[in-house]
Amino acid sequence: MARATARDRRRLPAALAVPAVAGAAFLVLPLIGLLARAPWTDLGSLLRSPVVADALRLSLFCATLATGLSALLGIPLAWVLARSTSRFVALLRALVTVPLVLPPVVGGVALLLTLGRTGVVGQYLDRWFGISLPFTTAGVVVAEAFVAMPFLVVTVEGAFRSADRGLEEAAATLGASRLFALRHVTLPLIVPSLLAGAVLSWARALGEFGATITFAGNFPGRTQTMPIAVYLAMESDPGAAIALALVLLVVSVAVLAALRDRWLPRGGAV
Amino acid sequence: MNRPLSVRRAGLAIVALVLSGMAAACSSSPGTPASGSSSGPGSTPAVTGTVTVFAASSLKETFTSIAKRFEAAHPGTTVVLSFAASSALATQITSGAPADVFASASAKDMATLTSAGAATAPTTFATNSLTVVVPSANPAQIASLADLARAGVKVAQCQPAVPCGVLAAKVLATAGLTVTPATLEPDVKSVLTKVRLGEVDAGLVYVTDAVAAAGSVTAVPMPAGVNATTAYPIAALSHAANPAGARAFVDAVVSAEGLAVLKAAGFGAP
Amino acid sequence: MSAELPSRAQSRGSDVRSRAQGLHAANGTPERRPTGLVIDGQVERGAFRLDLSLDLAPGRVTGLLGPNGAGKTTALRTICGLTPLSSGSIRLDGIPLDDVNAEIFVPPERRPVGVVFQDYRLFPHLDVRGNVAFGARARGVGRESARAAADAWLERLDLSGLATRRPAELSGGQAQRVALARALATEPAALLLDEPLAALDARTRLGIRAELRAHLRTFAGPVVMVTHDAVEALVLADDLVVIEGGRVTQRGSPNEVARRPRTDYVARLMGVNLYRGSLDRSTHTVELLGGGRLVVTGADQLRDVADVLVTLAPTAVTLHAERPDRSSPRNVWAGVVRAMEPLGERVRVEVAGPPDALVDVTPAAVADLALRPGSQVWLSAKATETYAA
Repeated sequence: MARATARDRRRLPAALAVPAVAGAAFLVLPLIGLLARAPWTDLGSLLRSPVVADALRLSLFCATLATGLSALLGIPLAWVLARSTSRFVALLRALVTVPLVLPPVVGGVALLLTLGRTGVVGQYLDRWFGISLPFTTAGVVVAEAFVAMPFLVVTVEGAFRSADRGLEEAAATLGASRLFALRHVTLPLIVPSLLAGAVLSWARALGEFGATITFAGNFPGRTQTMPIAVYLAMESDPGAAIALALVLLVVSVAVLAALRDRWLPRGGAV
Repeated sequence: MNRPLSVRRAGLAIVALVLSGMAAACSSSPGTPASGSSSGPGSTPAVTGTVTVFAASSLKETFTSIAKRFEAAHPGTTVVLSFAASSALATQITSGAPADVFASASAKDMATLTSAGAATAPTTFATNSLTVVVPSANPAQIASLADLARAGVKVAQCQPAVPCGVLAAKVLATAGLTVTPATLEPDVKSVLTKVRLGEVDAGLVYVTDAVAAAGSVTAVPMPAGVNATTAYPIAALSHAANPAGARAFVDAVVSAEGLAVLKAAGFGAP
Repeated sequence: MSAELPSRAQSRGSDVRSRAQGLHAANGTPERRPTGLVIDGQVERGAFRLDLSLDLAPGRVTGLLGPNGAGKTTALRTICGLTPLSSGSIRLDGIPLDDVNAEIFVPPERRPVGVVFQDYRLFPHLDVRGNVAFGARARGVGRESARAAADAWLERLDLSGLATRRPAELSGGQAQRVALARALATEPAALLLDEPLAALDARTRLGIRAELRAHLRTFAGPVVMVTHDAVEALVLADDLVVIEGGRVTQRGSPNEVARRPRTDYVARLMGVNLYRGSLDRSTHTVELLGGGRLVVTGADQLRDVADVLVTLAPTAVTLHAERPDRSSPRNVWAGVVRAMEPLGERVRVEVAGPPDALVDVTPAAVADLALRPGSQVWLSAKATETYAA
């Protein structure tokens, strides 16, 4: 009797257990639905079709390039945000994280109006350098970097903030310029956060749809990434859409697993 | 999948669901067939509630206008319009999206529904054909359909799974032209937008779209003998939450007044 | 008269004032001459204000002594450039590092100033050699020559065996030596140490302190060492500067400061007798340089028996009118009261030995023993409270 009571006390209160189970089901059931409706028998041939192969290759290629671009521009930006004492830095921080909350389609429209052939900046790119980003693979990379870079910036800025300033000071007294200290002291120390930020933005870029289709359009092999292929296939060939979705699911889960196991516990700052 | 477009659609669907649910709860006799006696808008004031209409993108202007007249003729009714590629709408309806009426830009997508039992007895109410549109400035100096095949000309057309894409492929094949489009847009309005913004040199859109956007794009006449037409069927859906409203709206479209609106927008007679 | 450490000051350094004149003479030429570090400036941060006026000669160790929050660390930071002056100037060997009026500010990475931080701040991702080679690498020296130079410094500081260790794998004392090697490897013109022994446990502190003293002696430029430990200051510093509340409240040789404390803080802190001598290991007795001998504890840990420091707290010495019974305290000697100074609830009595000693007694004891300058007294101290260092 006493044991039973003790056991009861250890049980989750229903007020928590019910919504918790509902929440878990809400998140997990759609994945199960996807698996349940997957055309397993045709999966092999669907995945070998050139459309899928092209879309997957393009997705991986563009997401990786977008992550590289995000790191190249985002790490210096994060450093400035973390280290600047300017009054305008708070405003700048708010502005550069806007793409985090902006609907991606809006981001795509903004990109089109800015970097498009007739855009505010794009018209000069086109006129002076003959560069036109929309409807190109480079355009996909730009659209993905636009939505993905804030993830890296936010993560890395947090890491810079929590990094030991004392070590940068020590480096300075040893004759290191700020750039040298950044390269040889601070960056090596925030590698876990850098990787976490890179993986987050890579995953975001891989799943990017709205900004990409708006800015870069859709053409198989050139700008048709996996999410666009899924979306368009859904209208004509739901089986193929599910097959594509499964591939994205597998890649996402793999990335998430890598992130959880290797970086999140230590990185912390995410 | 966190796709903004599908989120928007889901939002619409939820709104439609809630509204139709409310309408069903409010209307005193939801099951009463009002269609038997209705012969046109204005003749049967018994129609109430919300009518949810899924219509092809190319019907945006005309159906918006017809819906306004319909609401005026039937006080207390609300028409909720959802425009997208016909194929996308057909997929949504077969997946259970709550719609009362479906107006398609191709017989094929309507056939998908009739064969699934989701719709019966479709009526063809209009036809449409393609035209080339160019930005007002006409940067690539497009003068004929054949110019679209020139190297360096950026062309936007619909993706092959949607009716305007099917039509575009048919037209180009008939003309014996090989065009490599810069982008295959998910629906005809996206094509028009890319032309309007000047991001592409030319687009293949419906004649009706060229009429609607006459101020911002210029239509280039199609050579005789190559154009193809698509038929627009409309049907009340079997699972309509507001069958009386659905019937009345279909009648309104095929009424003399409705056909006049369509004709004024450039649609061909059925 | 005295067996106390500050005799070193007289033997090694020359008069600070004459050095200052030498500096003025060198003012016009940009060429660096070892004329020392001259600070005359202020730092203001909110309500806190640090007002410094220091003239530090090459080859001398200046101890910056003061309570927490007094501005000692801020003083160090202004010298190495991590905190700019609000007004005034800092010159090292005649060359301005910071001059507010002249709008000169040399950033830390271009100042020839080495720093050993309190927590050492070793780079955790680099091994010991990488840490020591860092300065050379930062100055553009190639990898190989930077490593070779680092190895030479590791050799000098007896760290060669630890070259491939990470900082996390070092003991406190080892980390301190690596930090010192890293700072010295940049061949600075001045060396700053922020509480160099504070992070060490009491047991290792003695040995490290002796080592540090040896290394500081070989350094040619001015050395500034922040501390709030009296023994550390007495053992390592040639001159003391006491900072309280952002102001210099006293300066002088450790001997002077200990003997004539100007503030309560200094009096409490510097209440320590310090002697030098040579140790006889078998009897645990130190023969003091200025005469007299003391039986000590802690002698086992000492490496160098020829030069031993002995500390004795003034409260650990007892005064007697008659020669006390030899049974309990091991150290008993005679002396004459030279001066008396009230110190809070106690009285600090300066007794001439040998060895000389400061003794803190209660006012009641002063009355009982009828103490006054010139009184003949006996002193006693337990060997267990007489520490060899």
